[in-house]
Amino acid sequence: MTAYLKLDHIDKSFARGGSTTDVLREVSLDIAKGEYISVIGHSGCGKSTLLNIVAGLTPATHGGVILEGAEVNSPGPDRAVVFQNHSLLPWLSVYDNVRLAVDKVFSGVKSRAERHDWCLHNLDLVQMGHARDKRPSEISGGMKQRVGIARALAMQPKVLLLDEPFGALDALTRAHLQDSVMQIHASLGNTVIMITHDVDEAVLLSDRIVMMTNGPAAHIGDVLDVPMPRPRRRLELVTDPAYLKCREAVLKFLYERHRFVEAA
Amino acid sequence: MSVSALKTKPAIAPRPKSADVVTLAMPRKAAKPNRLQTMAYGFAVSVVPPTLVLLLLLGIWELLCAGPGATLPPPSTIWQESYDLIVNPFFVNGSQDIGLGWRVLVSLQRVAIGFGLAAVVGIALGVVIGQSIWAMRGLDPVFQVLRTVPPLAWLPIALAAFRDSNPSAIFVIFITAIWPVIINTAVGVRNIPQDYRNVALVLRLNALEFFWKIMLPAAAPYIFTGLRIGIGLSWLAIVAAEMLTGGVGIGFFIWDAWNSSRLSDIIVALVYIGVVGFILDRIVAGIGAFVTRGTQAA
Repeated sequence: MTAYLKLDHIDKSFARGGSTTDVLREVSLDIAKGEYISVIGHSGCGKSTLLNIVAGLTPATHGGVILEGAEVNSPGPDRAVVFQNHSLLPWLSVYDNVRLAVDKVFSGVKSRAERHDWCLHNLDLVQMGHARDKRPSEISGGMKQRVGIARALAMQPKVLLLDEPFGALDALTRAHLQDSVMQIHASLGNTVIMITHDVDEAVLLSDRIVMMTNGPAAHIGDVLDVPMPRPRRRLELVTDPAYLKCREAVLKFLYERHRFVEAA
Repeated sequence: MSVSALKTKPAIAPRPKSADVVTLAMPRKAAKPNRLQTMAYGFAVSVVPPTLVLLLLLGIWELLCAGPGATLPPPSTIWQESYDLIVNPFFVNGSQDIGLGWRVLVSLQRVAIGFGLAAVVGIALGVVIGQSIWAMRGLDPVFQVLRTVPPLAWLPIALAAFRDSNPSAIFVIFITAIWPVIINTAVGVRNIPQDYRNVALVLRLNALEFFWKIMLPAAAPYIFTGLRIGIGLSWLAIVAAEMLTGGVGIGFFIWDAWNSSRLSDIIVALVYIGVVGFILDRIVAGIGAFVTRGTQAA
């Protein structure tokens, strides 16, 4: 089987002055279409660097990313990113933020009216249709992140890249958004790579959890299959033995085998 | 009788109608004094204190310059001597005897051309310096040296190059106003958050789309700071440049008045220059506030 998205022996090192720092070493992963992958690890282990390499925002030093059989090494709307801090353009309304992406990606494909409908459809998908004329400064952090997700979904990406999308949100808002993302993933079947540092989030959402060792020269320490059937319900999972087992496995990896050694 | 009775009936009938209109107007009447009051209050707060200070200053000035040995005319003398200049800005009594309004307009025209050019060229250069590290390394030191050259020092070179006073004056405006525009635009472009650049990269915006949709709005607050400093400097420079180049502008008027010992006219002209400079600053600031209304609340 050839993978839909293949991370092929990715090395990344940063050179500054005379010294080079190895960030990632030999990261290889095959991802199937429609799979939901979480990448978890302690801060500074190069998770975000890995995501940026897949997005094409950072070039890999060695190795590369192969999407549907073709190498990708520059950013593009086929790998839409939901950024950690939403990255909405503050001078545009919620609708116009999504519209900017839709106009660019579907300029020759869809008519004006179709693009308008597509924007509204995606805003409705994240339950933000009611705030389409608001500016980002006028809505809450969770709502901004919803719009960020709508903007990414509106590009109809082959792969959706989520860079700690819920990291800056409070626990209740985070749970709401996780449920939304689960619903969207269930109905659209997106291929997703999500960076996170939240164990529960990783287990709840993912098909597989990629656990990174600590840097420098971080690599994939282990990949955990999450066997629970979908749809998953947050409340039922609390007592689900499979859930608890996965959770324990990730926690053991993070806190026993690869304890985060604080610098200084 | 019956006829008059018939007449009165329809006369009564419309009355309830008009009464209806009155009742509709009632809430408006009730709201109006409130709005008027707040407006009047706002007006009083912004107008009364400066008026009081102005009157006080005029009073002190009158006292200081009223004596027989005073070298400068007191306000009352200025009012008498320059009455026509103060009261009518737009009179025309001959080619050289025209109201100060006309002279200000001539100066403003020069500023408009010079400042307009400076804005366009300055923003373009600022974008280049902000975007390209090599352009910055090459150009920034040159600009940092050139921007300290006083506006009037450019005038002889401009006169030599253009061999005409009007383009020289416009050039002085241009070269005065352009530095703050360049420097502020460059800072604004350099400070565009990496997140916005990443969004543009993921969307594959081309250079032109990036310029219009990301760069200009993101850097707009900085650009308008530069434009506001630039318009202030232009207005400072035009008066000085016109003193030397002659012509019809407000600057030359002051020089001419000095040569014919019309001190009162000079003081009236100073007031004109101050007020016009203030208005120019407010206009640019207002445009900036309007254009950047979404940007700063990021």
